Amino acid sequence: MAAGADGGHSPISQFEIKQLLSLKLFGFDTSFTNSALFMVIAVGVISAFLILSMRGRSLVPTRMQSVAEILYEFVANTVRENVGQEGMKFFPLVFSLFIFVLICNLLGMVPGGFTVTSHIIVTAALALLVIGIVIVYGVATQGASFLKLFVPDVPPALLPLMVPIEVISFLSRPLSLSVRLFANMLAGHIALKIFAGFIGSLIAAGAWGIISPLPLLMAVALTALEVLVAVLQAYVFAVLTCVYLNDAVHGAHH
Amino acid sequence: MSTLLLGVVAATTGEFIPTAAAPDAFPPFDPRTFSAQLFWLALSFGALYFLMARIALPRIGEVIEERRDRIQRDLDEAARMKMETDAALKAYEQSMADARGKAQGLAKETRDKLAAQTEAERHRVEAQLNAKLVETEKRIAETKTRALTSVDEIASSTAADVVAALTGKQVSADEVRQALAKTRAASRAG
Repeated sequence: MAAGADGGHSPISQFEIKQLLSLKLFGFDTSFTNSALFMVIAVGVISAFLILSMRGRSLVPTRMQSVAEILYEFVANTVRENVGQEGMKFFPLVFSLFIFVLICNLLGMVPGGFTVTSHIIVTAALALLVIGIVIVYGVATQGASFLKLFVPDVPPALLPLMVPIEVISFLSRPLSLSVRLFANMLAGHIALKIFAGFIGSLIAAGAWGIISPLPLLMAVALTALEVLVAVLQAYVFAVLTCVYLNDAVHGAHH
Repeated sequence: MSTLLLGVVAATTGEFIPTAAAPDAFPPFDPRTFSAQLFWLALSFGALYFLMARIALPRIGEVIEERRDRIQRDLDEAARMKMETDAALKAYEQSMADARGKAQGLAKETRDKLAAQTEAERHRVEAQLNAKLVETEKRIAETKTRALTSVDEIASSTAADVVAALTGKQVSADEVRQALAKTRAASRAG
């Protein structure tokens, strides 16, 4: 694996945050970085696509409008299935999360691009946003009975065991939500870079260059897999958001 | 699963940090970049949420809803029109049946009237003919009687002439008549 670390092309150099514009607000570093650039690009791409494709607002949709409508219906159905009609008030949030994660993941697949979601702080912030909304909305609508979430329907004797498990399970939600996305993006991109690095190393190694097409094939296959993972992880993030929101909307009776 | 992934991450970081070109920490775990990332994430995701919730999603939802409504409206309209068609068809059939009934009634009436007229005419003509027949028969009878009477006269005058020629005796018409009547009676009896 050391083959990947040839000079400045370390497999992890793609995750480096580079300052593009130094900025300091309220004593915090708020510099415009490559990460920020890709966040802004993602928001721009999403907004431009969804708003421009619906410009016609025709009853018989154009191709672009169809894509926008399919995305809408897809996320709307996910919310309806997991949370019910009541959950549709969270539809803009789930849609924004889904499309933001999806486009950030896919922008990371563009050569030379930066993967916003490969940084734990970003995925953790999104996961905490979801869990924060679940807790705030759950307590606001159900009050103390929201805590029943931690009291499963088991014989009372088992409760001392079950309640801590439920609490840990609840607390691990933002962790798993953020780490799953972050780790998938990180690991995938590292693997891609390593296999790509093998190609160069093998060619540089003289006679071994004859097997250099092998890692190339691997890199091509991994690229396809990574696109799939990029889409899948965005969907998983959206579905888990819906599952957690369901607790906030419908309480503990699962 | 999360612990497994964490393990993977730890393994990869453990492997790469020593060989990394940069002397800094593994970039995704470098806390110096957190504040900038959080700031721009909040800004961009906030903007995205606002744009989605206020502009993009309502527009898409509106169009989808409008299409659903339109389809429903069209289906309702089609159902209504079908009902109207059915009703019109029924009314048409009803009026057709009425007209047929009326036509049949009219035809029957006309037929009856014509039959009655014909019958009356026939009766009248028959009566006329009968009357004519009776009159004619009467005239024939009269003529016959008259003819017979004149035959008698001719016979008696001929008989008188025959008697006069044979016997040279003049016989009166009465005598001849009596004799003829006697002969007629005799021939009838014989």
